[in-house]
Amino acid sequence: MNRSIIRFILCRVMQFEGAFFLLPCIVAIIYHEEQGVVFAFSAAAAFALGTLGCMFKPKSTVFYAREGFVTVSLSWILLSLIGAIPFVATGEIPNYIDALFETVSGFTTTGASVLTDVEAMSKTTMFWRCFTNWIGGMGVLVFIMSILPLSGSYNMNLMKAESTGAEVGKIVPRVKDTAKVLYGIYIGLSVVLVILFLFSGMNLYEALIITFSNMGTGGFANLNASLGGYSHSAQVIATIFMLLCAVNFNVYYLIITKRFKDIHKLEEVRWYLIIVAVSITIITFNARSSFETLYDSFHHSAFQVASIISTTGFATADFNTWPMLSKAILLMLMLVGGCAGSTCGGIKVSRLLLSLRTLKRELNHITHPRSVKKIQYGGNAVTEETVKSVGSFMIAYIFVFVVSNLVVAIDNFDFQTTFSAVLACLGNIGPGLGIVGPTGNYSTLSAFSKLILSFDMLAGRLEIFPMLVLFYTGTWKRN
Amino acid sequence: MKIIIVGCGNVGSTIAKQLSQEGHDITIVDKDEKSVRSISDNWDVMGIVGSGASLSILRDAGVTEADMLIAVTDSDERNLFCCLMAKKAGARHTIARVRNPEFKEDISFIKEDLGLSMAVNPEQGAADEIARLLKFPSAIEIDSFARGRVDLLKFEVTKDSPINGMVLKDMHKTLNTNVLICIVERENETIIPTGDFVMKEGDRISFVASTKRATQFFKAINLNQGKARSCMIVGGGETTYYLAKQLISTGVEVKIVDKVKAKCDELAAKLPEAVIINGDGQDKNLLSEEGIERTQSFVTLTNHDEINVMMSIYAKKANPKVKLITKVHRSTYDDIIDDMNIGSIINPKLIAGESVVQYVRALQNSMGSNMESLYKLCSGKAEAIEFKVKESSKLTGVPLKDIKLKPNVIICCIIHNGAIETPGGLSTISLGDTVIVVTTNTGFDDITDILD
Repeated sequence: MNRSIIRFILCRVMQFEGAFFLLPCIVAIIYHEEQGVVFAFSAAAAFALGTLGCMFKPKSTVFYAREGFVTVSLSWILLSLIGAIPFVATGEIPNYIDALFETVSGFTTTGASVLTDVEAMSKTTMFWRCFTNWIGGMGVLVFIMSILPLSGSYNMNLMKAESTGAEVGKIVPRVKDTAKVLYGIYIGLSVVLVILFLFSGMNLYEALIITFSNMGTGGFANLNASLGGYSHSAQVIATIFMLLCAVNFNVYYLIITKRFKDIHKLEEVRWYLIIVAVSITIITFNARSSFETLYDSFHHSAFQVASIISTTGFATADFNTWPMLSKAILLMLMLVGGCAGSTCGGIKVSRLLLSLRTLKRELNHITHPRSVKKIQYGGNAVTEETVKSVGSFMIAYIFVFVVSNLVVAIDNFDFQTTFSAVLACLGNIGPGLGIVGPTGNYSTLSAFSKLILSFDMLAGRLEIFPMLVLFYTGTWKRN
Repeated sequence: MKIIIVGCGNVGSTIAKQLSQEGHDITIVDKDEKSVRSISDNWDVMGIVGSGASLSILRDAGVTEADMLIAVTDSDERNLFCCLMAKKAGARHTIARVRNPEFKEDISFIKEDLGLSMAVNPEQGAADEIARLLKFPSAIEIDSFARGRVDLLKFEVTKDSPINGMVLKDMHKTLNTNVLICIVERENETIIPTGDFVMKEGDRISFVASTKRATQFFKAINLNQGKARSCMIVGGGETTYYLAKQLISTGVEVKIVDKVKAKCDELAAKLPEAVIINGDGQDKNLLSEEGIERTQSFVTLTNHDEINVMMSIYAKKANPKVKLITKVHRSTYDDIIDDMNIGSIINPKLIAGESVVQYVRALQNSMGSNMESLYKLCSGKAEAIEFKVKESSKLTGVPLKDIKLKPNVIICCIIHNGAIETPGGLSTISLGDTVIVVTTNTGFDDITDILD
């Protein structure tokens, strides 16, 4: 374990967070809000501390997968610990645990909130809250890598730990360039979305913050009614972009480079679209009685399906009141999540596909015990290594889910609330059912539950293993 | 540059590692997923699993916009086919590993008519290097510059050497020699020495000199062994064939020992002048019967690193004055072998990798800067850069003693109208000269960058 290099990268992360704190300051200047002072101080402190730590160069630059995993998970924890400070310092979330929950929820693009009245929050702090969604979506370390020249083998190990999906493929040979391409697409889509939101009747500030949480598939909004408070056209735009952001970003790269044939090979995207279409159709008819017209029913079910499968967590209607089948489908979608290589959480369509095919192979093996069969995916045979890693991911996911459920159950809420709260946090969705449903929030949970759920959110965003590695004693041995 | 490397064996991984560190965009292609993964996990390169001879795989690797494709799989034919495909698909340069002697005469045809930029032959490269070392047995390593016209020789200072403890600026007067000492490696340090530098036992010193002066110098420091006139080679592979052929043409007595009768027959047919012994090189009696005590050089070229090393240790014991050259493939043992003091180590795959890397550097340098080529020395800690002086500057026409250079920079050679000059204080650089600069600094782009 090379601790000095981890310390060095963590300090770099702190410097960057200091720089990020400056963005809310700009908002404060425009709207003449005094909260800007807090952010300016936080920026200066984080930057100074980070710079101080970076002055001592690491003793050795040895960097293996182990260091990569630990660096990524510690970076995210550090980001959240520091990012929570302004919430407390401005007095808008007085309790530090609450503030931490809110920040983790932001960076991990969960969108679960402890705020009972979001509209009371100042514009400056709200901007920071939504910005965490945006930067967390594509990943902070990926962002740093696209700017800083971290040399050698660090890059791949960091990228592997931070990106979503079973197999992380580069789209161009260098990690730095890959990070640049990804952020280029991300920023490009964000700009388009801001412009579209402006046309739908939002002002620039609203368009910006809703874009932040929409692109990162986070789900923080500045109104108590979430997106329900915005115009119909804004909701339609949001639906489309939520669905777009849950698609593997490689698709956009292939479109830009005009490699349309290769898009056809992406099986995951095809199944993702099928799942979305089927879910919308069923819910539209199942929840028909909750709405006046068929179109309304379609509009709201489409929005909700997009919001849940992309793990955003925006709401236009209270799906708590919908029929059981619709709720059950939404809960299933929480488990599924979007595609690998996107900004969303959940298990991911690709892992689900691979698991189902492994299951099919096992059945095949029972009927033909001597058969040799390779699992096919995207036109290629999948290696046993990948199959194994998908299997262990599923087990780890279920394990974390079950243990968290037990712990949150101490709070003694109803089954629906407990179960969906853990599911929504682990899957980075945000709102669950019952008390933590789209119209409720997480404020009534105990501090301990909030910490556990914060862990779940980080585990969900980093895909379990980087967080579990922290608890494995072998990780910390020096050698 | 965008470079595709097909084949992830030892040569491929050496090239991928080196070129990716130097900032190129590397994509590697191999059929074996494990080899691809072991490289792409450790270095910043993109890996593609599949056959490099398939057009769709090459397209995935981005052959249409690639600046270069390097095919280094273990099959000559596949490498050539890969390069043909790549060239037609749009790659600008192609390099193939071609090792079979059968192709040797066809290389020029392949290069000209099939558009291959370079053919690498690890065995030939190793043989060339061994032959060079045998010409100068006193040196442990020899690097050549300026297309082989200038040699940088490396030797180790022994305890009873006259220069042990000598100050560098006194050396020329005391020994009456004229060589230019460029680099000194002391333990883990790499130093560009100044006049006040004191040489010590154990230092590995590299210097530039013409053949005649180098011989004089080695004589003066009691290191001269003279050119090896007899050579015993154990192992009869392709390297042995190339080496024996070269040695015989320069009049060296060659004796080859191999266990396998078929190999001996083949060599005997191709090399009538050599003495071929069918027997086990690890057999003590056989070795002394064939004169290990008298031979001037002993080269181990079997395919087993361990056997090569053990035989060299034995030879050193049987004949302490012999010049030893040992072939070692795995670089894991580097540190241990360095401590064993068994003479020069040859790694054919590294040599091949290095020659490709040098070609790429030269190609890149020819686009843009006036750097002709760049060589990495002392495991990358120092660089020798060849500059062509194209325009007049503060450096031209002024005696070197009046020019103030940056620290850790030395001008080690000036090539004026094809004549090689070892620079002294009164030498001047004129327009059109080629200048070789040795430095431990990095990032020099232009000859004027060496000025303080």
